[in-house]
Amino acid sequence: MFLENPPVAAQTSSPLGRALAGFRGRIHAIQVTDGASGLTPEELESRLIELGFVEGATVEILHEGAFGRDPIAVRVDNATIALRRREAMAIFVV
Amino acid sequence: MSVATDTAGWRFALVGTPNSGKTALFNALTGKRQKVANYPGVTVERKTGTLRTPCGHSVNIVDLPGTYSLRARSPDEEITRDVVLGRLESETPPDLLMCVADATNLRLSLRLVLELKRVGRPMLLVLNMFDIARQRGVEIDTEKMSAELGIPVVTAIAVRRGGTCDLLARLDELAAQSLGPHTENTWQPPSSAELRAEQRRADAIFRAAVHMPAKPDSLTTRLDSVLLHPVAGLAILFVILFVMFQAVFSWAQPVMNLISAGFDWLGALAHGALPAGLLQSFIENGVISGVGSVVVFLPQILTLFLFILLLEDLGYMARAAFLMDRIMGGAGLHGRAFIPLLSSFACAIPGIMSTRVIDHRRDRLTTILVAPLMTCSARIPVYTLIIGAFVPAKMVFGWFNLQGLVMFGLYSAGIVSALGVSYLFKLFFWRDDPSPPFMLEMPDYKLPRPKSVIIGLLTRAKAFLTRAGTTIFSMMVMVWFLASFPRAPIGATGPAIDYSLAAWIGRIIHPILAPIGFNWQISVALIPGMAAREVAVAALGTVYSISGGDDAAPKIGHVLAGQWSLATALAFLAWYVFAPQCASTLAVIRRETGSWKWMAVTFGYMFVLAYVAAFATYHIAVALGAG
Repeated sequence: MFLENPPVAAQTSSPLGRALAGFRGRIHAIQVTDGASGLTPEELESRLIELGFVEGATVEILHEGAFGRDPIAVRVDNATIALRRREAMAIFVV
Repeated sequence: MSVATDTAGWRFALVGTPNSGKTALFNALTGKRQKVANYPGVTVERKTGTLRTPCGHSVNIVDLPGTYSLRARSPDEEITRDVVLGRLESETPPDLLMCVADATNLRLSLRLVLELKRVGRPMLLVLNMFDIARQRGVEIDTEKMSAELGIPVVTAIAVRRGGTCDLLARLDELAAQSLGPHTENTWQPPSSAELRAEQRRADAIFRAAVHMPAKPDSLTTRLDSVLLHPVAGLAILFVILFVMFQAVFSWAQPVMNLISAGFDWLGALAHGALPAGLLQSFIENGVISGVGSVVVFLPQILTLFLFILLLEDLGYMARAAFLMDRIMGGAGLHGRAFIPLLSSFACAIPGIMSTRVIDHRRDRLTTILVAPLMTCSARIPVYTLIIGAFVPAKMVFGWFNLQGLVMFGLYSAGIVSALGVSYLFKLFFWRDDPSPPFMLEMPDYKLPRPKSVIIGLLTRAKAFLTRAGTTIFSMMVMVWFLASFPRAPIGATGPAIDYSLAAWIGRIIHPILAPIGFNWQISVALIPGMAAREVAVAALGTVYSISGGDDAAPKIGHVLAGQWSLATALAFLAWYVFAPQCASTLAVIRRETGSWKWMAVTFGYMFVLAYVAAFATYHIAVALGAG
């Protein structure tokens, strides 16, 4: 189910940015680890929350882009959000 | 207190997330009583209208740009924030916030409602698209939701006749009492922790008042499995674009022939009715053929806008952005830039203005700089004319029209150069600045409503005809004047235009343009082309029909085919792929970037590209024997 670094134990959360199409799970935490997205961590976190990415929400990767499997279309509860894998690295899922 | 009857001064503001059907509701409530202007000092569109309730109350409504929060990350969202907070000096603060939400997709809207409640203004939540929600099995307990949120909740179906009855009745009830209490504004830009807490509260209210069906919209899911497929999705996108360009070129033709014949008839009528001389020449060559040569392209422009409006209403534009994000990202563009760039195929001006949806300055700037490279509809007249005159209308590979194929090639050249230029900008101007995120909600597919498409097309047609009637018309009069004065001396041997101001200006700039194969007539026609690119066609017509003497204004293309070499024609096409001379585009760039520097950069790079491309095309064509 994951591109690299598969979760060691079932309950360990891993970033949504590494999950493949078809992945279904629940958001465990929103944690911005680096500034790679060009936004401050606080700003990226706020934007993700505004689009419905909060702890406990169910997510499913519906589609992937043609090149490098990027961006991804994610079903968050009942809305579909498109985002790049780089930003999805801040969303930890189980 | 007579608050109950005096509603004429009331102002309601429509607030909502993107794709909530806010604009459809605004159209349904205000109908034809709308006014579109700009907020002072910024280029954000200000849409207002008046609403009349069944009891005869009249209310002013302002439609605010869509937003997920009041944190305001773009100029559009800043307007929403400032109007809602009553911070904008030019706006009377709204008496009531009408928060519009898509009933099939309430989660994010409920959080926005909770945030808006802190502002302390009376509020009303409108659950739009209620018919679709019910059809899908979404059950909403509006009374419970109203109790939980502490504001009235009413349902609406903006796109259906009578779909706003409940809402209007509710507004009458409000008018009969008073609007409810203003409380203190406690809004502060929320931190991520506050946002999270608010979304949790919204989710709790959602669970209490809404019952969702187990399966999401199956039609959207099924369509997306094809339309967002990595291979099939991209292939379909390119087929759609290809059909669009073939349609622009061939479907519009019969109507264009009709319009063209109409203006010919009008010209002949004027020729017969007026005595030979200056007035006859002015009416026939200056006015009728000038305006006619531009109006004739209305069918093509409307065909293009028809496609753009349909794709937008269908919900396909966000999918196109998804499919194109990586391709455009490689060139340093944002996936969201796809929509402004696609609009630029109609005209760079609305395209550049729609870059306001891109919240990051760098992304926005790159998009603005390359938008004029997208082949705008004003180039269609030029392309059509030259292709029609120089490219044979034969079929190649069985079913491709060669003329359509050349057209497609010219469009492709524009797209490829836009990607190349933005890549160079990324390399030279902002190498160290990491690119900002692409995050976009993808709405469910919806069948476009004929009424809204027709309203959209009429607005575009009106804008184009107004432009043809004012800017272009006055430029045509100027060109006619330049080409007619001073008049030829008595006993002159050459054609009259050889003695005119136009010839004089054309000869001055001709040495600069001669190396790329342009004659002085082209040099003259490029000057009025500054006002609008398509004017160059009309100007060529004027220049040639006047220099043709009594040839009774033969078809411009026919004349060009006789006067230009193929190499010149191809160089002219290559020049027009870039065509830096559109003054209104440059003016909009200056306004949107707020700086002369970026305007100069745009003009500079486009001029260099146009010159180099035309130079190369001309000399290669001559070398191949097309001189």
